[in-house]
Parts: sequence; structure tokens; C-alpha cells
Amino acid sequence: MMESAATRPAAVALEGIAKRFGVFIALRGVSLSVEPGEFVCFLGPSGCGKTTLLRIIAGLERQNAGAVMMAGRDVSSLPPSERNYGIVFQSYALFPNLTVARNVGYGLETRKVGRAAIDARVDELLTLVGLRHHRDKYPAQLSGGEQQRIALCRALAPSPALLLLDEPLSALDARVRQSLRHEIRALQRRLGITTIMVTHDQEEALAMADRIVVMNHGVVEQVGPPVEVYTRPRSPFVARFVGQMNFLAATAGARPGTARLGGAEISYLPAQADGAEAAPGEALTLAIRPEEIVVGPAAQTAPNRLVTRIRSVQFLGSFTRLVLTVPGDGDTVLECDVAANAFAELGVKEGDELPLALRSDALRVFRVGR
Amino acid sequence: MAVVATEAGAPIPERVVRHRFGREDAVRWALVAGFALVLYFFIVLPMGKIMWRSLLDNDGRWIGLANYARYFGTPAIAASITNSLFVALLSMALTVGLAFLYAYALTRTQMPGKGVFRVVAMLPIFAPSLVQAFAFVYVFGNNGIFTRATGWNVGIYGAKGIVLAEVFYCFPHALLILIAALSATDARLYDAARTLGASNLKTFLTVTLPGVKFGLVSACFVVFTTVITDFGAPKVIGGKFSVMATEIYNQVSGQQNFTMGATVSVVLLIPAVLAFVVDRIVQRRQYALVTAASRPLVPAPSRLADGAALGYCAAIAAVIAGIYLVILIASLVHRWPYNMGLTLKHYAFDTVGGYTPLWNSVYVSLWTAVVGTVLTFGGAYVVEKCRTLASGPLYLLSILPVSIPGMVLGLAYIFTFNAPDSLLNRFYATLAILVVSNVIHYFTVGFLTATASLKQMDAEFENVSASLGVPFYRTFWRVTVPIALPTIVAISMYFFLNAMVTLSAVVFLVAPGTELAAVAVLLMDDAGDTAQAAAMSVLIIGIGLAVRLLYWIAMKGVTRRTQAWTQVGALPASGGQP
Repeated sequence: MMESAATRPAAVALEGIAKRFGVFIALRGVSLSVEPGEFVCFLGPSGCGKTTLLRIIAGLERQNAGAVMMAGRDVSSLPPSERNYGIVFQSYALFPNLTVARNVGYGLETRKVGRAAIDARVDELLTLVGLRHHRDKYPAQLSGGEQQRIALCRALAPSPALLLLDEPLSALDARVRQSLRHEIRALQRRLGITTIMVTHDQEEALAMADRIVVMNHGVVEQVGPPVEVYTRPRSPFVARFVGQMNFLAATAGARPGTARLGGAEISYLPAQADGAEAAPGEALTLAIRPEEIVVGPAAQTAPNRLVTRIRSVQFLGSFTRLVLTVPGDGDTVLECDVAANAFAELGVKEGDELPLALRSDALRVFRVGR
Repeated sequence: MAVVATEAGAPIPERVVRHRFGREDAVRWALVAGFALVLYFFIVLPMGKIMWRSLLDNDGRWIGLANYARYFGTPAIAASITNSLFVALLSMALTVGLAFLYAYALTRTQMPGKGVFRVVAMLPIFAPSLVQAFAFVYVFGNNGIFTRATGWNVGIYGAKGIVLAEVFYCFPHALLILIAALSATDARLYDAARTLGASNLKTFLTVTLPGVKFGLVSACFVVFTTVITDFGAPKVIGGKFSVMATEIYNQVSGQQNFTMGATVSVVLLIPAVLAFVVDRIVQRRQYALVTAASRPLVPAPSRLADGAALGYCAAIAAVIAGIYLVILIASLVHRWPYNMGLTLKHYAFDTVGGYTPLWNSVYVSLWTAVVGTVLTFGGAYVVEKCRTLASGPLYLLSILPVSIPGMVLGLAYIFTFNAPDSLLNRFYATLAILVVSNVIHYFTVGFLTATASLKQMDAEFENVSASLGVPFYRTFWRVTVPIALPTIVAISMYFFLNAMVTLSAVVFLVAPGTELAAVAVLLMDDAGDTAQAAAMSVLIIGIGLAVRLLYWIAMKGVTRRTQAWTQVGALPASGGQP
């Protein structure tokens, strides 16, 4: 911890990893690096290559091209057993015929470690996750969440340099999942272990990661901290996959930083556009999150005003989702989330007109076909 | 053709980045190579030899297809082909039909006494195929008890007798498959059929039959293959009715005409392999009928159905029990059916040198169980877990033996191992060759059972071990074997019981000093000592039953000690956590 981060090599560095299965290309040359102690999530829909990438790092799958570096050392040609990582699978893969203690101590038994030292390490880890009283039980006698934590202990027992988590929470029910998120994250912070987790659950990635790697079709779409990925998605795919997003077809206006949406002129901050300024008349896609649409009194005076009609109202507990249509353009549908009490103050119902404003600092602009 | 390139446009090579070749890889490759060598020397090489031999004359000169021409051109020999097919198809239809009704009664009615009916129906598994034929000869033969009592000779020698003997010999094998098929059902389908107003017949035709069709095909395959390759029953009760299996025996043992034996063997392979291929194709389309949401079917009590089922099962069970009762009595009386005074003199086995064949059989069966279990489980592990390019071919070779008739395998081993100037010759005329012949003959079932149990295990066990730096062979020993222990014991049981009763795989391979009990039964019957043959059969069956009982007791112990982890819920899951 005393060394400066700049002089330390990345814990994991991937250089142009490519993987094909016959003619199907799972990874199209992925490069990225993970800093020591960092928690990184690979996020993407199924088939995007995230699990394949994790298995290549683990040495369980062999890449067709590219190199895997760990702490500055090229491990591409090393078998899994020599790469110094711990892994937790979606199924946990706990050995059903061994007790909890023997499962956790499994990786220590082949090393030259004494029985007493193994027991001490096992107890230390089980205490850390609050399951010491279960040490003599068999996995089948534990709940899913408990099994999950045992699998985590087993992976951590030999003190690996890297922890790999392959959809570790997806087999659990929602409530257990929530609490384990925090528990895993806290444990990771406390041990300071570099961690890579694969997930398809964007909420999980947002809640746990230091940085998120959003993947699609074997390509990294965006790498960044959760807030950045959420607020400044670099592509329509990322915008759609992480959180809710409205998309509006528009054309570039005559002045820079403006777009025409139906009859209205919409202005946006040029910093929100991806890349070079669009030529006037060029097709654009505007994107805005449902909770960033301004309604009610504040919308009356704001710029980027639109008048819409309420097609339906969905009560979703703490907030209400309004599905709106933009008049004159029957195909365009906007979703708008309004806090429950704010909705009551609006006093509108299905079929009513609703004026709203698209906050220019919240608008993202994508050039179509790029 | 899709462009296989990275985002930057660089082509993605077809070969993968290799890992350094380590000690574990060396072990893995050694295992694959070892398994491949075993399969090569004991399957590929012998089968190649027998096919080659069928193209030579008795002096070893190349004569092309002349042997085949002679085989098909000699009406007396060629008749054995149609005879074999006729007997096999008829036995298949009868056995599967009878066994289906029996299985239906056991699984879909509320008749009493199901446990007893199950046990009695399994008796033929413990007997060599000759035994059923003996019993029918004792009752309906020229000097049979029925023939003498009524003066009516039904002419049991021939196709009639063979089919009868085979039906009862194959009955338990078909029954086990059909019970499994009929048990795997979902009560919701029957509820749906009833609510839609389907009649009983319509429900049977649209729900029951489609649900068991894969089981029916499997049962047909097993019975057909067993009958067409069986040689015991036709030998005892076939009379002048010649089938291919007895033809091979006559050519080889009777006339020392090895090339014609090889020729008939190759021809016999055709229907066996064909049946095997059909079965594989049909089974590939099988789908899971039972899911986690399925509800087991509980048959409703019905006086008529339960009564009919009881009557039917009692009749079948009586015949099966009767067969073994006749054998037991015949072995214990002076001279069936003339002098029914009790005696133990037939248990002296003076014509075959006392009890040596029986102890040889037990010895060979024990080794078959050990070697067979190690080889099938190890082989299945190698094919499943050490994925290489060799996995596919090794799998195919491993499931092939089920379609190789025992006699063909035995003859092929003669051609391979009775070669005076070869190292392989050391193996000939030993008990070891008998063990190997049994292991290969029954390889497929053991291999498939082991594969199924390995497939049920989490595929990530080995990956977790690798990440923890634990070599795969250690995890095999610490985790895989303990989990699979019940399967492993079941496989060894299967090998032991079959090795005790098999005749066809060993009949050509026994030599002075390595006689086996089942072969002794055949020889004593040949010599006219049917009472001693019956006595030996009784002992074979007795040992089989005793071992089965031991297995049952041992299994309870094994399950209790090593499978403690399966007792989910034995301890209450702790509720209140600190």
C-alpha cells in the first residue's frame, strides 16, 4: 500500500484478446487493465463474451490471440494452477462430500502447510463471513447464500492475488442478493484484493464496482466508474443497457448544439455529443433518462419544452411511470418517472396533456449510423 | 464466409495460444493413451483380425469373398441366418409384450405383492442362458415329466423351445427398462387427458405409449441383440434347428474350421450392429419427460384392473419360479423323472474335476468386477474430463462392444492371442484373458453408467481444483470417486454377476486348468450329465443371489457412511444467525 500506484504494474492487463469458436467470434481483440485492489465488473447481455473473457484470464479457456499479463508477468502460457487466483462460479461447485471446513481448506491441503495452520486459516475465513458455527456441516445443509460465502472462503483461503467471480449472485433470490452485494464488497475492500466480477445485472455492477467494463458482441463498449457509465454513456447500447433510457429521433439544427425534434428546437450541451459536431440536417438520436425529464411548474419556464399527451400511468411504488406520446409524431413514446408525491401534485390522468422540458445538461446526443 | 477478424481488422488465427505442457498434462495424456491402447488391443485389433481372417482360407491364403460365397451357397448353413432372425424377432415381440404388461401391472396398478413379483422376475439374471432351456427339456423333452405323464410330445426341440427359453432368459432385462420408462411419467398429463374427455384407450394411445416409446425401443434392442447372439439356449434345446451362434460353435469347436467361424461371425455382426445403430439414432431424439415440476402418478385402485394384473403377474412369476424349482429338484434327485429319491451325488462334479470350475468362475468374476469397474469408470472419466481430439473416437469404441456377440469376441481373441510367435501369446490360455474378454463383452453398460454419473457432477469441480492449485487426479480421488461410490459398486456388481453366468464370451477361451462353471454346465450337458449340469447351475445361481444380498447389505452401509452428505435436512439448518 506504501508504493505509489504509478510505479506498480497493473494487477491484470489484457492485450488484444481475441477468441473464436469456429466462425463465431466471442471476443474481437479486447484490451484493458485492472489496477491493484480494484473491483471491476464485466457487464453485458448474455453472449457478449464477458464470461469467455473471465475464463481466459483464469486459463480455463485459451485465447486465439492476445496476451494476459498479471502483475507485469505474461501468464498466457501458464495453466490455471500457476496463475494465482481464486474463483467462485455461479453454481459454487462446492464439493458435496466434504464438510464446510474441508471445502475451505481444500486448496491448502496440497501445499506444505501444517494441519494446525490450515485449521487456523479456515476458522479465520469462516469467522470473517460469520459462518464459523457451520464448519462441520455439509454444503447441502446450508442455504444458497451461505454456500455462496463458503465458496468465497474457499477461493480466498490460499491468499490469491486475484479474485474472479462468475455471476456469483445470480442463483440467489433478490433479498439475499442485495445483502451479499454489500458483504462481498466490504470483504473485498477489507482484504484489498483485486477482483473481477462477471454479471449481466446492471444494478449489481453499479452498486459494487469501482469500474464497469460494458461489453457487447465481443467488444468493449465503455470502461468507466459507475457514475460515468450511467450519466455519460458512450454509445446507444450502453445507454440502453445500463438503466432506463428514452430515445428520440431528431435532426441536427442549423446552429451548433441544437437539434430539431418535430416542430421544436432542442438545445444541448456540445460536451454531451459523441465526437465531432454533426452537419445541419444530419440524423441524430437524442437520449434522456426517465427521471431527468422535468414536469410540473418547473417545466413551464424551462427551455426545450415539449407538450405531450399521457398514454398510460403505471404506479410503481415510490415513483410513478408516465408513458407519453409526442403529438405530431405518433411513433415517439417517452417514459417519464415522477416521484409519487410529485405526481399527486401534478393532478393529471390518462389522456391529459402534459408539458415537459428536456434538461439540456441531461440530454445525450448520438449521431445515427456511427 | 464471415470475416474472422478483430475490431482492428487483424485476422484471428484458428489455433489457440498453447499452455505450457506441465506434469498434469503429462498424466492426462498418459491416461488417454493408456485407455486408447487398451481399447486398441482388446477391441480394434481383434475385430480387425477376425474380419481379415474371414477373407483367407484355412491355410492363410487370400481368397477374397469366397468364404462368404460358400456360406450363402450352402443351404444348410445359410438357413441359420433366417433361423436366427426368425427366433430373435419372435422372442423380441413376445418378451417385450409380456414384460410390458408385467411392468404396467407393477407401476400402474394397486395390485398386492409387487415386491415379490419384482424379485421373482429378476431370477433369470442370475442364471446362464442354458438353464431356462434345461427346465423346458426336463418338462417337455422326450423324457420330460409332462411328456411322460400325458404321453403327448409337444416337440420342444427347435424354434419353439429356443423362443420359450429366450423369452424367460431376457424377461428381466426388458422388464427393468420398461419399469424405468413407465415410472418416468407426469400425473398432470393424465389429469389433462381426463379433463379433455379422453377415453382410457385414447389416453393410453396418446399419453402412455408415446411416453414409453424410447423404453420400448431400448427393450426391443436389448432382447433382439441378446437372443441373436445367445448360444446357450439353442445349443441345449435347438435340436437340428441351426442358428448363427451355434453355427459358429460347430464350425470352430466341431470342425476346427476357423475361417468359416470367422465368416459367420462377421455376418452375425451385421444385425447386431444394425440394431445398435437404430437404437442410438432413436435414443438421440429422446427428451426429458420428467421435470422438477412433474407430479408422480399414483394409480387409482380398481378391482378389475388390480385383479387382472395380479392374475397375470402370478402366472408369469409361477413359470419363472417353476423353471428354477425344476432345476433345483432335478439336481437333487437320483434320476429325473424315473427315480425321484433325494441325493447329493450330482454335486460331486466328477466329470469336470470337482469344484475347480466353480472357484475359477468366482475368481474370474471378482477380477472382472475389479478390472471392469476401474476400466469403465476410469475410461468414462478420461473421455468426459480429459477432452482431447481422441474423446469422440474413444467414446464410440467404448459403446461399441454391446453390439459384438460374445462368441465373435472370443473367436477374435483366439485369432489375436493364439499367435505362437507373438508376445501376445503369453496371454492365451490364462485366466487373465477370460477376465479381459468378460470386461470387454460387458464394457458398454458399465461405461455408460459411469458416464451418466460423471455428467451429473458439477463441471466446474476440476476448474475450482485447478484454481486452487490442486491436481485433477487428487480431486478425482477426494471428490469424484466418493460421490460416485454407489454407482461404482453397482457397476462392479453388474460385472460380477454377468461374468458368473456368461458362456458365449468365454467358451472358446477356456483351456485345461482355466475351466469355468458356465462352460462346465455346457460340457456336462453335452456329455449327457444333465443332473450335474443342473447342480452346477444351482450353485451359480446360489452364489449370484448370495453376492446380490451381500451387495444390498453393503450398500446400506456404504450409503450410511460415505453418503452422509446426501442426508439433506438431517440436521436442522440453523435459523437464528448471530
